Amino acid sequence: MNLRENTRIALQGLASNRLRSALTMLGILIGVGAVIVLVAVGNGSSVAVQKQIEGLGTNTLVVFRTRGGFGGGGGFGGGRATNGTQSSVSQLTMKDVTALSDKTQAPDVKYIAPVISSSVTATYSGATYSPSQFVGTTSDYLSIRNYTVAEGTAFTADDVTSRNRVALLGQTVVTNLFGTQDPVGATVQFNGIDYHVIGVLTPKGSNGAQDQDDIVITPITAVQDTLAGANAALSNITIEAKSRGAMSAAADEVTTVLLGTHHITNPSNADFQVLNQATLLSTAGSTNHVFTVLLGAVAAISLLVGGIGVMNIMLVTVTERTREIGIRKAIGARRGDILGQFLVEAVLLSVMGGIIGVIAGLIVSRVKIVGVTPVVAPYSVALAFGVAIAVGLFFGLYPANRAAALRPIEALRHE
Amino acid sequence: MARPLLVLDRVEKRYDAGEISVVALREVNLAIFRGEYVAVMGASGSGKSTLMNILGCLDLPTRGRYVLAGTDVSGLDDTDLAAVRNRLIGFVFQSFNLIPRTNAQRNVELPMVYAGVKPRERSERARAALAAVGLSDRALHNPSELSGGQQQRVAVARAIVTDPAIVLADEPTGNLDTRSTGEMLDVFDGLHRSGRTIVLITHEADVAARASRVIRLSDGQIVSDELRAMRGAV
Repeated sequence: MNLRENTRIALQGLASNRLRSALTMLGILIGVGAVIVLVAVGNGSSVAVQKQIEGLGTNTLVVFRTRGGFGGGGGFGGGRATNGTQSSVSQLTMKDVTALSDKTQAPDVKYIAPVISSSVTATYSGATYSPSQFVGTTSDYLSIRNYTVAEGTAFTADDVTSRNRVALLGQTVVTNLFGTQDPVGATVQFNGIDYHVIGVLTPKGSNGAQDQDDIVITPITAVQDTLAGANAALSNITIEAKSRGAMSAAADEVTTVLLGTHHITNPSNADFQVLNQATLLSTAGSTNHVFTVLLGAVAAISLLVGGIGVMNIMLVTVTERTREIGIRKAIGARRGDILGQFLVEAVLLSVMGGIIGVIAGLIVSRVKIVGVTPVVAPYSVALAFGVAIAVGLFFGLYPANRAAALRPIEALRHE
Repeated sequence: MARPLLVLDRVEKRYDAGEISVVALREVNLAIFRGEYVAVMGASGSGKSTLMNILGCLDLPTRGRYVLAGTDVSGLDDTDLAAVRNRLIGFVFQSFNLIPRTNAQRNVELPMVYAGVKPRERSERARAALAAVGLSDRALHNPSELSGGQQQRVAVARAIVTDPAIVLADEPTGNLDTRSTGEMLDVFDGLHRSGRTIVLITHEADVAARASRVIRLSDGQIVSDELRAMRGAV
């Protein structure tokens, strides 16, 4: 008996119990749809995070100061006390920046920007706001962090040398201080000191951890003059490597140079850390992968439950049609014929549920879910559909086998 | 005398129900020849249903040999038995046993589906079989839309469509009214005239009266076996 005949019989069987077939399919439908949607959500959040990290500047290295490697568990002060000379160099200073700017020592470094972050309160005609980031830096910082100026102009190297008190505001700061007013040309006070607003940054949105538009960028010299002090330590040094491939080389060069300026011979005692954006990206990627797999696994369980539904209904069907099975066997159906007939019926249930599930999953994936725009992973569609068929086969096998094993006389006697 | 179509050689059937073993058939010897119209009679519990199951290859004898059309079927496995049923036997049951929600044409085609006959030939032969029982105009009706007599005629069409060696009818008129019974028996007469071998199980004497040979069973044994009328009809 061929597949076409079995399919015809199976369709007839399904059609004779429409509601029951539809409900059984619903189980598979939900399972398949859930796998597709949840994997798409996981995938979507992963794509979003990746974009945000790339928005930070993909080829970026950030040098942070860490406490010196000496003294182990001692506090900050303790570290200083035991290493008298260390205290003067355990900070990141402009000297480090100058050393890193040497192209012979650090050939893979493209841009380099010293950064002093402070916490300030901004006021403008009665409005008060504390931006989460207040950055004193050089103009290269804008290139490294992919900030562009939407309105007005960026500050220049001249502004830095001339120690001009100018500021670029992020969109969030503008909204909080100015509302709908145009801020360019206005004077804002940061901790009471006047700064001239010369530009507004193009909005970048959130990077997942913080709002990248909640920022004020000013020349580092101005910050040294007014808020931090002339010899203030740098919060970090932000560096852009020449290319993505040059990141590790650049990181190595930066480490070597800084070990030199800090007079440290053993790299494990380094009092600074070079953070690599690529490492961050892959860490975030693997976290997201775990998240996606977890979501997929939860959805797969519902697919399994759908499969049990198929098995349940097939067992009922086999019992209901025992007499029919007896007739078929009496007129010459072999074991395999009966097995095939019921297996096709089970698989048909799951395939039809699967197809509708794929369609439903694709439709639902177009909607934003808990702030994430789902990105459908083609593999999840193939996987969910494939698993649905496998589930139909697996859970259909037992009922079909039971039907095939019925003895004709007993089946014929069945009322 | 020609070789018999079907031979039962000391066939015994016992059913084990726990401690008790029930003997349904004991030492049954029987030979049926091509073209015979045999009625098997007996009270309920006489073993006639068991005999029918064994003749129809739905069940195997506990002991003894059953040779059908030259094949010893006593030792065949499930798959081979299914093939024997498909090729050599046509069943007509008391309760019609048509597949529900499946029209007469498709019901008649079913044995040929399992035999692997091509759809085109299937449908031609099914139409011919339905015509032979006078139901050409009902081919596309489902069993639920047919009367009992019509359903049983569809069943007969299904039984003869594969051109089997033997047609086995188990109380074929048991669920029919008098008129339909008459029509059904006429159909069997027609099959007999056209040379088919028929074994019909019944407990009604007037049904058995149409047969050319009547076998009586009692307590699992053949108690009488008489040839009626002329076999010259063949």
